[in-house]
Amino acid sequence: MKVALIGLGSVGRGVAEMVIKKDLGITITGVADSRSGCMESPGIDIPVLLAKKKKTGLCGNPEISAMDIVQNADYDLLVEVSPTNALTGEPSIGYIKAALGRGKHVVTSNKGPVSLACTELRMMAQKNGVAFRYEATVAGAIPVMHVLEHGLGGNEILALYGVLNGTCNYILTRMADEGLTYEQALLEAREMGYAEADPTYDVQGIDAAIKLVILANTIWDNGVTLNDIERTGIDLLTADALRLAEEEGCTIRLIAEAIPRKNLLRVSPRIIGKNHPLVVEGTLNALTFETDMAKEITLIGRGAGSVETASAIIGDLLFIRDHYDRRA
Amino acid sequence: MKLEMKDSPGQLVAALKPISDVGGNIIAVIHQREPDLENDTLNVQIVLELPEGRLEKLIQLLKDQGVHIQRIGEERLLYKRTVIMIGHLMHTDLSDTVDQIDSTGFAEVSELSMSMPAVHERSSSRITIKAVSKDDMAAAIAILRRVSQQKSLLLIEPLEDIA
Repeated sequence: MKVALIGLGSVGRGVAEMVIKKDLGITITGVADSRSGCMESPGIDIPVLLAKKKKTGLCGNPEISAMDIVQNADYDLLVEVSPTNALTGEPSIGYIKAALGRGKHVVTSNKGPVSLACTELRMMAQKNGVAFRYEATVAGAIPVMHVLEHGLGGNEILALYGVLNGTCNYILTRMADEGLTYEQALLEAREMGYAEADPTYDVQGIDAAIKLVILANTIWDNGVTLNDIERTGIDLLTADALRLAEEEGCTIRLIAEAIPRKNLLRVSPRIIGKNHPLVVEGTLNALTFETDMAKEITLIGRGAGSVETASAIIGDLLFIRDHYDRRA
Repeated sequence: MKLEMKDSPGQLVAALKPISDVGGNIIAVIHQREPDLENDTLNVQIVLELPEGRLEKLIQLLKDQGVHIQRIGEERLLYKRTVIMIGHLMHTDLSDTVDQIDSTGFAEVSELSMSMPAVHERSSSRITIKAVSKDDMAAAIAILRRVSQQKSLLLIEPLEDIA
C-alpha cells in the first residue's frame, strides 16, 4: 500500500520510523513538512529523508507544498499528522477533504479537523467509498475507536468517563504524591516536556473537552461541539485540596464525562477514590465505558508520545489495508 | 427508629422481617412493655443500619405490616457525599454557604474540614453533606453548584455515577 505523510513533527517521524523498522509492506510515496515536500511514486528512501530533515530542517523541495502532495502524489492512503489547529482545523481539513475527494483513505491524529467536522468528513469518506480513521486523536496509543467499533460492537454506550489529558494527570499526580503546589507541579511538567510553554489548552481542560467532542460524535453521532461541553480546569486547585481528598482515601483527577440520559457533557476536576480504575499515575490516560451488555470496561494506556501515537496510526493503517481496501 | 405495633403474637417478628428484607442490620431491639398503656399496643425501639437508599422501602414495608412508625432517629440522613470547595471561603461568608444546605430541611453539612493559608490566599475546605435520598442529595449538590458560581468558588464534586 502506498502512503503519503503530511506532517513530520514528533508523530510523523514516529510513523515514518516504525513503517521502515517494522517492514510492514507500506511504501511511503509522499512526505511534507510545514515548508517543503517530496514525492516519489516508487517510494521515498525514508532514512535518507529523515537524515536530511534533521540536518537542514526541510524534508524536501520548498517548491512542493503539502497540498501539492495531497492533490498530486501517487498514494492509496493519506496520513495527516500536521500540527493541530483547534479553532479552524485548517489547513488539515482542506488536506483531508482533498484526499477523500480523490477517493483516498485518510488516517489522522489531528484533533482539530475531527472535533470540528467529524460528521462531514465521515460522510464524505462514505460517499467516496474510502475509510476515514482517527484512532490517534483520543488517548494516544489506547485503541479506543477499535474497541468501540468492533470489540463493543452492538453495545449501547450508556456513559463514558475518561482521564484524557496526560499533562493534567501528571500535575495532579505530583500534587497528590509530593504535596507540590499547582505552580510547582506545572513547572516540573514543563521541565519533563509534558507541558507546553502556554499550558492553557491542557490545564483549562480544553484538550480533554475536544477529545470528549470526538468521542461523543463517534459514539452517538450527536453533532456536539466544544461549546456544548461544561468545562472546569485544574489551574485553580490547591495542594490543600489534594490533601483534604487524601484524608478521605480519595484524590482529585480531571475527568471528562458524557452521560446522554442525563444530557451531561462535562470536563471537571473530581474527587475520586484512590482505588478507582480511572486513577492512573503520571501521564497515563484511562477510559471507562458503561455499556448495556459488557457493563463497565476500562482501558488504560499511554496518551501521548511519538511512537505511542504512531502505534494508533499504524493500527488504523493496517486495519484499512487488511479489512477495508478491496483494491489492495 | 421507634415503632408502635399491635401487642399480639408474631407481631414483633413480622415487624423485624422487612429490615432483613431490605438488607438492613439490626443492632439492638429495645422492647418496653409499659403497664399503663391503655390500648393493646407495643412500643419497640430498634437501632439499625441500612444500606443507602433503602429507608423509604423499609418505611413502606413496615406500613404495609400495620406498624406505626413513631419516630425515626437522629441518624436519618443516610446519603453521604463529600465535596471540596476552593476560594475565598471566609470572605464569601462560609456560614451562609453552609446554611444554604442546612436550611433545606432535607440535607445538612455534617462535617467541615478547612485549611487556612495566608490571609489573601484562597482556602480549601472539605465538606461532607448528608441527605435523606438520592434526589435530595442531587438537589443539595445543585445548590452548592449555584452558590459556588455566585461566590466564585471552585467546587469539586465526587465522581460516583459509575454503577
